[in-house]
Amino acid sequence: MALGTSKRLTLGPVLFNWPVETWRDFYYRVADEAPVDRVYIGEVVCSKRAPLFRTCLPDVVDRLRNAGKEIVFSTLAEVVSGTDRKCLESVACAGDILIEANDMSALWHLDGNPFIAGPYLNVYNEDTLEFLAGKGAVHVTLPPELPRSAIAALIEKAGELKLTLEVQVHGRMPLALSARCYHARAHGLNRDSCRYVCDRDPDGMLLRTLDGKPFLVINGVQTLSYTCLNLVQEMNALADVGVDAFRISPQSSGTVEAARIFHCCLKGEMTADEALIRLGETEFDAPFANGFHHGAEGHHWRSVATVV
Amino acid sequence: MHRPELVCPAGTPAGLHAAVDAGADAVYCGFQGPTNARNFPGLNFSPREMEQAVTYAHDRGTKVLAAINSFPPAGQMAAWKRAVDDAVRFGMDAVIVADIGVAAYTARMHPDQRLHLSVQAGASSPEAINFYCREFGVRRVVLPRILTVAEIKGIHAQIPCEIEAFIFGNIGMMAEGRCSLSAYATGQSTNMDGVCSPASHVHYLQDEGGNLKSLLGEFTIDCFTCDESAGYPTICKGRYDTEIRTGYYAFEEPVSLNLTPLLPELMRAGVTALKIEGRQRSRAYVAAVVAAFRKAVDACMENRVPDMAGLIALTEGHRETQGAFGGRKWR
Amino acid sequence: MNADSVDDARFLPQPGAFRDVPRMALAPVPLFLLQPILQRIVAGVVRCHPELFIRLGEGVGKRFLIDATNLPFVMLLRLDPDRPLLRAYRRGQLPAHDGRIAGSLLTLLDLVDGNTDSDALFFTRKLVVEGDTGAVVALRNAMDDTEGRLADDVVSGFGPLTWPAAQVLAVLREIRRRCQ
Repeated sequence: MALGTSKRLTLGPVLFNWPVETWRDFYYRVADEAPVDRVYIGEVVCSKRAPLFRTCLPDVVDRLRNAGKEIVFSTLAEVVSGTDRKCLESVACAGDILIEANDMSALWHLDGNPFIAGPYLNVYNEDTLEFLAGKGAVHVTLPPELPRSAIAALIEKAGELKLTLEVQVHGRMPLALSARCYHARAHGLNRDSCRYVCDRDPDGMLLRTLDGKPFLVINGVQTLSYTCLNLVQEMNALADVGVDAFRISPQSSGTVEAARIFHCCLKGEMTADEALIRLGETEFDAPFANGFHHGAEGHHWRSVATVV
Repeated sequence: MHRPELVCPAGTPAGLHAAVDAGADAVYCGFQGPTNARNFPGLNFSPREMEQAVTYAHDRGTKVLAAINSFPPAGQMAAWKRAVDDAVRFGMDAVIVADIGVAAYTARMHPDQRLHLSVQAGASSPEAINFYCREFGVRRVVLPRILTVAEIKGIHAQIPCEIEAFIFGNIGMMAEGRCSLSAYATGQSTNMDGVCSPASHVHYLQDEGGNLKSLLGEFTIDCFTCDESAGYPTICKGRYDTEIRTGYYAFEEPVSLNLTPLLPELMRAGVTALKIEGRQRSRAYVAAVVAAFRKAVDACMENRVPDMAGLIALTEGHRETQGAFGGRKWR
Repeated sequence: MNADSVDDARFLPQPGAFRDVPRMALAPVPLFLLQPILQRIVAGVVRCHPELFIRLGEGVGKRFLIDATNLPFVMLLRLDPDRPLLRAYRRGQLPAHDGRIAGSLLTLLDLVDGNTDSDALFFTRKLVVEGDTGAVVALRNAMDDTEGRLADDVVSGFGPLTWPAAQVLAVLREIRRRCQ
């Protein structure tokens, strides 16, 4: 059982378009209440949204730093247009800040400086890890679809390369990106004329199948799972084999509570069974899934016998 | 105008013969198994078939490009490395890669092998493409299907390598190489297993009224009335309900990409290789499409207007689009 | 899958005049007369195209219901190198099967000959696929790689019946040509 306090809990970037006050207050609350060691911050999904929270970014960063959180700036996951490229450049070339690179464009700008490889970078194997280490990667967040077997094989290599690994353990799973905005499309608009309609769905717009089954959620150009990833049963085993950090991906409710629960589990103060019950009671209401981790359908959920 | 290379699909040796005979300048194909992004049952080449295919094509002046464009999960690199080694040994004219590890391996072990960056690498900015060129000596990039012609032109001016662009066939809505939708529904990963919407997880249910429901895993992707054209259940071409719209194609309609009208413009924008999608399609499809585009490209080179009326019958849903290539409104 | 799936012949578009001819012409033929011919066909496939089985992969041994919707009977196909099977059944007594491929006789001949794109046939609803789609796709791809020689190769193995069999095939192909 992992009792290592050296293991870190992190908060991924807010993926959704929240009103700027909501966004700011969320991070203030994280600073005050969430037991996370590192906070990733920045616009990952759509460059059009980046200016929206720029005004309060310095205050948020100060508040988080004062609370002892390490700050990492996440870059755009898809870089196509001139706006995208400027948005990326402004973050990647800011200097003196730690970057989470989510597209290969960022590596061009980083030019060998130390960075964190984000979950959108397609790190699937040892050779990719080795190459990125050579380019300055110090820490890598793995794609959510990577199964346990591949994570285990990567850990060994990461040890050799002296870099650390991170796995998302909670929150909706990012599944796809597109140049087209599906929020705009649903509202009969296009991306250029989008009116920022993605702000209407703080946890994404639910897509149901024609027979009414909840399936996916749309977040502008991004598509995420309807289900909420939950690896609370698997986390300590991952910590034991050497995964260094565990990511909570923000939702509009229940995120700070989830961070507390995962934190207790990581410290060995709560069993996974109890954590599961407590997570089920948080305000964020979506069924759990852990299928990818077990090499199965991503939406599947399986209960794992608790190892204490 | 530079004479572009017509790059054509082949899922089987028979498909390769059809493409070569119909006038392809280059044919792309993959080895059996997960090392390529069209890992469907009954498709692709054994090493022996690949070697024979290369001979057949080379004897007729056609190039053969090896698609080794999926992402090996940790612990399974060996199969991808073997595929690269085989492709080099058989004298294949280029290796098309997506994974950084596979690219690094190819560049390191076979520095003289021509390397193409697959669309699955999702390199959509000059910076990303330049990075791959600098690090691995990539000679050609296959551009994602999400760019406008104007953007392609802009990229062309800023990169040191050739540009290959899709002109016809299935059009994926999502950024290539970064889509786990199919894996979410089926457990088979497009990136790692090389298959989107694996046939083993596809089901069609037809009721007594002739209405057809297509499912992927446990999820209904679309329903067709008896007089409606059907589609293959890919998630990004399905119909869904939201609170504000019901029964609509949330991502894209089941359409095919057809850039015939844009061919001259693409060629002027700096595209030097024109790619036809469809390794999973039949030999008859390959023969018809390749022959039509052979004529079209030749017509463009002679400043004539190409006639492509017959191709629409072969497209999914019998509908076509210019997708992102036509302009920003598509987004 | 359910053995008594719907007979949807009514819903399949057919080339007009030819549509009902096979059903009427063959209706009185007792199936026991057909069975040896069918078995001979499948044996011919196994003999002429052993490579088919490598490509067929997961489709080997699967039972395909071949439903030419304008024939009075359906056929059950099992491509297994050791125990190949092609057998006719009356429509009222459908056998258990893994996948079903349905279309008019000419559509199915098109498939075997690799003359038309099967995806296009499916998109336009001329072809119906049900059940184990993976096995059906493997069968399609394996057949496609025989470069359209399947029907001729089978017919040429008919011994003394080669000539009449080849004539039947030629007539069918001619009708198809005119229907197109």
